[in-house]
Amino acid sequence: MKKPINKVNILVYIALGIGAITMLFPFVWMVLTAFKTNTEAMQIPPVIFPSEWKLDAFKQAMESLPFPKLYWNTARMIFFRIVCAVVFSSMAGYAFAKIEFPFKKALFSLVLIQMMLPSQIFLIPQYQMLAKFELTESIFGLVFPGLVSAFGTFFLRQIYMGIPDEIAEAAQLDGCTKWQTFTKVMLPLTVPGIVAIAIFTAVFAYGDLMWPLIVNTDVNMMTLSSGLSTLNGQFVTNFPVLMAGSILAMAPMLILYILFQRHFIEGVAMTGGK
Amino acid sequence: MKIGKKSRSDMFWGYLMIFPTILGLIVLNIYPFIETIIMSLSSTKAFGKYEFSGIENYITMFSSGEFWKATWNSVWFCVLTVPVGIFFALILAVLLNAKIKGRSIFRTIYFLPMVVAPAAVAMVWKWLFNADFGIINSVLGTDIKWITDPKIVLITCAIVSIWSSLGYDAILLLSGIQNISKSYYEAASLDGASKIKQFFTITVPMVSPTLFVVLIMRLMASLKVYDLIYMMVDQANPALTDAQSLMYLFYRESFIAGNKGLGSAIAVWTVLLIGIVTIVQFIGQKKWVNYEV
Repeated sequence: MKKPINKVNILVYIALGIGAITMLFPFVWMVLTAFKTNTEAMQIPPVIFPSEWKLDAFKQAMESLPFPKLYWNTARMIFFRIVCAVVFSSMAGYAFAKIEFPFKKALFSLVLIQMMLPSQIFLIPQYQMLAKFELTESIFGLVFPGLVSAFGTFFLRQIYMGIPDEIAEAAQLDGCTKWQTFTKVMLPLTVPGIVAIAIFTAVFAYGDLMWPLIVNTDVNMMTLSSGLSTLNGQFVTNFPVLMAGSILAMAPMLILYILFQRHFIEGVAMTGGK
Repeated sequence: MKIGKKSRSDMFWGYLMIFPTILGLIVLNIYPFIETIIMSLSSTKAFGKYEFSGIENYITMFSSGEFWKATWNSVWFCVLTVPVGIFFALILAVLLNAKIKGRSIFRTIYFLPMVVAPAAVAMVWKWLFNADFGIINSVLGTDIKWITDPKIVLITCAIVSIWSSLGYDAILLLSGIQNISKSYYEAASLDGASKIKQFFTITVPMVSPTLFVVLIMRLMASLKVYDLIYMMVDQANPALTDAQSLMYLFYRESFIAGNKGLGSAIAVWTVLLIGIVTIVQFIGQKKWVNYEV
């Protein structure tokens, strides 16, 4: 039997389709512009496809910004921020959820206070501490505000609270020490949460602009975001170069997203609300 | 005796495991928070020294036209982005909840702007909105100065902001919608309620707790917007003061003009503003958020 075509579904397709074009068009136009010459990009009326697919704009973008260094700086910053967020937040999240000790509530309120305050209020003193110890223009400087993660602690505590106490008790009856119970039994149960925190940390660190701009002003120590913003001033009217730079800056995260899109979306939905 | 031993070992492990996080929070957040408040009450002297100066910075701040303009811009940006953004996100979430093929592809596409850096996104939109050669003016056949007209520039930024956060908000709302029991819809269908009526009588009230979370998150993010406007409106733009948000002013005042006392005062003011808006929302939620499931 033939299924009747659902009229509502067609409307849904049309609406989603129009929206999807709106979402994708800027990216498409970015790619098309990046392969044009500047005169071609500025033609009126505009031409859609480049007459010749040229790589000149990419070359020029690579010459004006040290992209290999920006990739390497961004990768290191993200790596260390993820390691810090995951390791320290797992430990603290577990302790706050499963271990009893005096002043627990008061200490946990420090975590909540940090989460409620916008990060900009910490910015000037954070910068001054680094400047005092001459630690600006460094990877450590980029990582600095992310050495610990209040949100990660809060989030992983929630996850540990969802794990029944019996599991930890059984492990201790089997002769595990407190540390072994944590690392061998409890920690592996939180892997989906850890993945979510890692993705959240990576996306946030990669997009952050104000801190990298403040702390590392030498272009060789910049991240992709802050480096790209200097291109903005340099090539005010060379649009193919600006678009090529944008593509180069977007590429790594875009590739990761396409490969692990399910984890990205689920991870962000899990950590949602922050 | 034995219990004492156990609780002592608990204490040891508990403190050991929270130590790095607590130390980090004190050094990175608690101390800077207090320091920012102190600095907002100090004036900058030579050699990086500070001297207590009472509410001098606040007087300077409150008598500055640029400051009030930045406050207004931040609030106006909120008004432009939050209601429209959440409205579209809710519609998108409902559409993504329909049982159709290719749903996950649509989800992937709408979520895309979230994973690319705001700096890159802004750069692309700046080109699309270019007054002379941008594709948007070409297609519309208009001659609108999207980025340099003082009356329009914030609307342009708001459009980009909504475009960027739409997918993210919709994914959050979608997970709220998916938690609604199907039996409500079945019962409503039997009663002959139309899809549109079902949306307003079932979906909206049932998803209202998630809606509230998204609203608070969006309000906070909009009030402290910086990167998007910084990238779209450079410091040579004639419409700078008409687009400058509080955090943009904070950045320029603290790190470009080097007046960290005044910068701190702006930061404190922004935190207060966000605090007040959040409290108002938490009071207001009693009227519309439905926590009974």
